[in-house]
Amino acid sequence: MRAAVITFPGTNRDGDIARALRMAGAEVIHSWHADHDLPAGTDLVVLPGGFAYGDYMRTGAIAARANIMDAVRAHAARGGYVLGVCNGFQIACEAGLLPGVLMRNAGLKFVCRMQHLRVGRVDTAFTRHYTAGQVIKVCIAHGEGNYVCDDETAMRLEAENRIAFRYCDASGDISRENPNGSRHAIAGIYSENLRVLGMMPHPENLVESLVGGTDGQGLFASLAAAG
Amino acid sequence: MKARVTVTLKNGVLDPQGKAIEGALKSFGLEGIDSVRQGKVFDIEIATQDKSRAEALLKQACEKLLANMVVENYRVEIIG
Repeated sequence: MRAAVITFPGTNRDGDIARALRMAGAEVIHSWHADHDLPAGTDLVVLPGGFAYGDYMRTGAIAARANIMDAVRAHAARGGYVLGVCNGFQIACEAGLLPGVLMRNAGLKFVCRMQHLRVGRVDTAFTRHYTAGQVIKVCIAHGEGNYVCDDETAMRLEAENRIAFRYCDASGDISRENPNGSRHAIAGIYSENLRVLGMMPHPENLVESLVGGTDGQGLFASLAAAG
Repeated sequence: MKARVTVTLKNGVLDPQGKAIEGALKSFGLEGIDSVRQGKVFDIEIATQDKSRAEALLKQACEKLLANMVVENYRVEIIG
């Protein structure tokens, strides 16, 4: 598994996610937003968290039009893997890799805390190391994580089983804890071919027991093995 | 030529910032404010003097970047 981690001006989680991938056994190459090409042999493109272009205008909007994104769209069109985390999810939506948009949190506050998620399907390259319906505890840190889409898109995401993670409480109940007002408690979604995953929570923060838990490891272990 | 592009949220899209502004205005005791929706204004200078070319250019600018058509509408005005 060769992963290209892309850095935009304002990205700040590129180091952490690269480390999480390397720990799981993936090879990581860093890419720059102004590049026109991805590294040769890229299997996975990672759009990390942060505040690309200062979140100016709309989160992810300017980053989604950076040079490298044409190569990322071509990679996705060929069936390559893409993982967008937090700001990376916002960028993936703005770039048209995933449907919908992330809006300001319903409660208006930036939310930074631990959060339980319920894992959806486990037959994708991102989730094979989890069990279906598993409740994991990772962290969230965002001001614009409120997933919005039209009714038709929401129905399709449900019908095609493309909701990767939902916000829930410790028991897995999705009706109790929605940190940002997201439709259908959506924390992450897949593309139609299940090869693009966008998610607001940060699994890369939870890969060491020393710093609060290892529930994020499953995602990186799954990806490293997907090679 | 100068133009003004106004980007607003589509009807039905939750606007928590607008709600907060509305709440603040109401808290001043200003009578008669029913609701507030917030948006963005872009003042743009354009090299061309041809109005229809300017409008076509701004339409592209809006649809490529200034508005996210999933949740926003835009309006273009040539203002001089």
